[in-house]
Amino acid sequence: MAANNLRHALFCAVVTLIISIPILGLNLEAEGINIILTGAKTSTYIAIVLAAIAVFVFQAYRDSIMGLLGKLPNLNPLADKEPMEQSKRAKLESWILTGIIVLALFWPFVVSRGSVDLATLVLIYVMLALGLNVVVGLAGLLDLGYVAFYAVGAYTFALLSQYTGISFWMALPIGALLAGLTGMTLGFPVLRLRGDYLAIVTLGFGEIIRILLNNWTTLTGGPNGIGGIPEPTLFGMEFGRRVKEEGNTSFHETFGIAYSGEHKVIFLYLIALVLAVITALIIRRFMRMPVGRAWEALREDEIAARSLGLSRTAVKLSAFTIGAFFAGFAGTVFASKQGFISPESFVFLESAIILAIVVLGGMGSQLGVILAAIAVTILPELAREFSEYRMLIFGAAMVLMMVWRPQGLLPMRRIHITLNKQE
Amino acid sequence: MQDLLYFSQQLINGLTIGSAYALIAIGYTMVYGIIGMINFAHGEIYMIGAYTALIAITGLTALGLAWLPLILVVALLCAMLVSSSMGWAVERVAYRPVRGRHRLIPLISAIGMSIFLQNYVHLAQGSRNVGFPALIEGGFNFSADGAFEMSLSYMQITIFVTTLICMTVLSLFISRSRTGRACRAVSQDLGMASLLGIDTNRIISATFIIGAALAAVAGLLLGMYYGSIDPLFGFIAGLKAFTAAVLGGIGSIPGAMLGGLILGVAESMTSGYLSGEYKDVVSFGLLILILLFKPTGLLGKPEVEKI
Repeated sequence: MAANNLRHALFCAVVTLIISIPILGLNLEAEGINIILTGAKTSTYIAIVLAAIAVFVFQAYRDSIMGLLGKLPNLNPLADKEPMEQSKRAKLESWILTGIIVLALFWPFVVSRGSVDLATLVLIYVMLALGLNVVVGLAGLLDLGYVAFYAVGAYTFALLSQYTGISFWMALPIGALLAGLTGMTLGFPVLRLRGDYLAIVTLGFGEIIRILLNNWTTLTGGPNGIGGIPEPTLFGMEFGRRVKEEGNTSFHETFGIAYSGEHKVIFLYLIALVLAVITALIIRRFMRMPVGRAWEALREDEIAARSLGLSRTAVKLSAFTIGAFFAGFAGTVFASKQGFISPESFVFLESAIILAIVVLGGMGSQLGVILAAIAVTILPELAREFSEYRMLIFGAAMVLMMVWRPQGLLPMRRIHITLNKQE
Repeated sequence: MQDLLYFSQQLINGLTIGSAYALIAIGYTMVYGIIGMINFAHGEIYMIGAYTALIAITGLTALGLAWLPLILVVALLCAMLVSSSMGWAVERVAYRPVRGRHRLIPLISAIGMSIFLQNYVHLAQGSRNVGFPALIEGGFNFSADGAFEMSLSYMQITIFVTTLICMTVLSLFISRSRTGRACRAVSQDLGMASLLGIDTNRIISATFIIGAALAAVAGLLLGMYYGSIDPLFGFIAGLKAFTAAVLGGIGSIPGAMLGGLILGVAESMTSGYLSGEYKDVVSFGLLILILLFKPTGLLGKPEVEKI
């Protein structure tokens, strides 16, 4: 171990102390109008010192530690195996997907109401993530304002139901189309920008839409939001105890069963499930259509793709619009599920969560994204004591994924043909 | 006369905010100039600077120190130290391993880092906003007939003067010092600079450290100016500063200064003449318009796409 190495290790340890002691070790607390400084718990200080020692040891013996790690028996038993054959893998993937869907169909009838509610939320995230997957994963356009289209869908339904009394089923296509249209209008001027500029511009658009929703009080109710959004009906049957709208009947009376609040929750869940499956199927089709190939081609090499005659604007715009369309879909379901929406549901953090889902799952991979959406939404609910660390862990996970496995946990595999070697 | 005073008041407010934006924008523009990535976590570095400064001020006051300039200088040095360490660490952990990969990968890593740092401070210091004591009070008042008073507070003067000092020192550093020359060389051509014996990793680290230190200065100044801070206040400020950097031409240091001032004035004119709620809309709108019509900004060099 060279002295140089030791000096670097010492430096790293000192930096660790500097960045953690003031922020973690000293807490600002308001006492009346004054602010006082209180020390943190002793355990925090011990943790800080331990962290610094760990950093020091790691940096000082970096080479030998990395060498040891390399020599460890492989932790992943699948690592040495040949990748699965393409046709086999595709078959397996579709079996897993079918399994998930069948399981999801029976899910609401065996678990509690709270879990069904959560599962509906998971499905909304699945829809959002699948939509964003088209934009980020397939077309390679980093959209940081994706939540804006989600908001357009939700607000379309909320406003239309408030002013015209429209039903969920009418609002669903309108909301999605309007969101898609917004995506197209916004996308048209900005899509010629390069990757990182595009990210910032979409972020700006997202913020502008949120600020407009917040301040256009006469139309959107501002921060107070819009309430009283109707729930979906099943062929004119309502799920409430009493029928709210003329001409509708109520579900429990028609079937002669006792009223239960659970019917509504389960029904909403099933709608979300059907829509999520439709979203997945449509996008799966798109991926195999020429336009899907064009998205990937443009993502991989823009200059080569353009020289082969692909129209950059048309291809990117189609991805952007389709992504926005499904966000509007999800937004309508969300508005109907909550019954109340406000700009607070559409902050940048929401965009970041959806992006995290896509990144963690593997950009472009549908199965990966679906599993990631389930994991990201459910894990914080399971480990409630960790829920305040949720965003901290997300952030760290995003960084670590980019450093170690930028292709995601379940990376996308393209359908391809391998040429046989000629004898 | 009234209108003129009102206008000058908005102008002063705008220039105050703008000069602080310029300080943050330097960090974006230098990093972009050298490695071509948007350091998304820069706003958080600025926020951490503000927190450290407040912690230092509170601590020093509690220790019984009463001489204001000393408190401020020590707080400023603490904030600069913590922020630049943070900037250095962020580059080492999140950016260096992904350098040179596809454009989106460092950007996503940076967004992750930004979320991480926001929540780091949120968990350690609570999510509520904390009041920042107004240590520099008073100022000059001008009025024509007593109806509307235009005021130029000592705080605003402090912001101008500090920014001016920082910018001068930075310009001298970049143009005269050895490291500054190396910085310029690396931003022109990283590969060539490294062939000529410049330790590019060191220079990139130095860029992050300088940017973070300036952001910490802005954190202290704006924290005091606004009177309260919270873990989220770096996010919007970071976006604004990025807008300023793009406006002036990203990669160009004088451009960042100019962009910051223009953005600050545009913002305060909006809140003065239209409505305060829409000032963010104006700055984001400005950002979008510049990127669409003049992506090189006011003082930037056109970027040639190589095949």
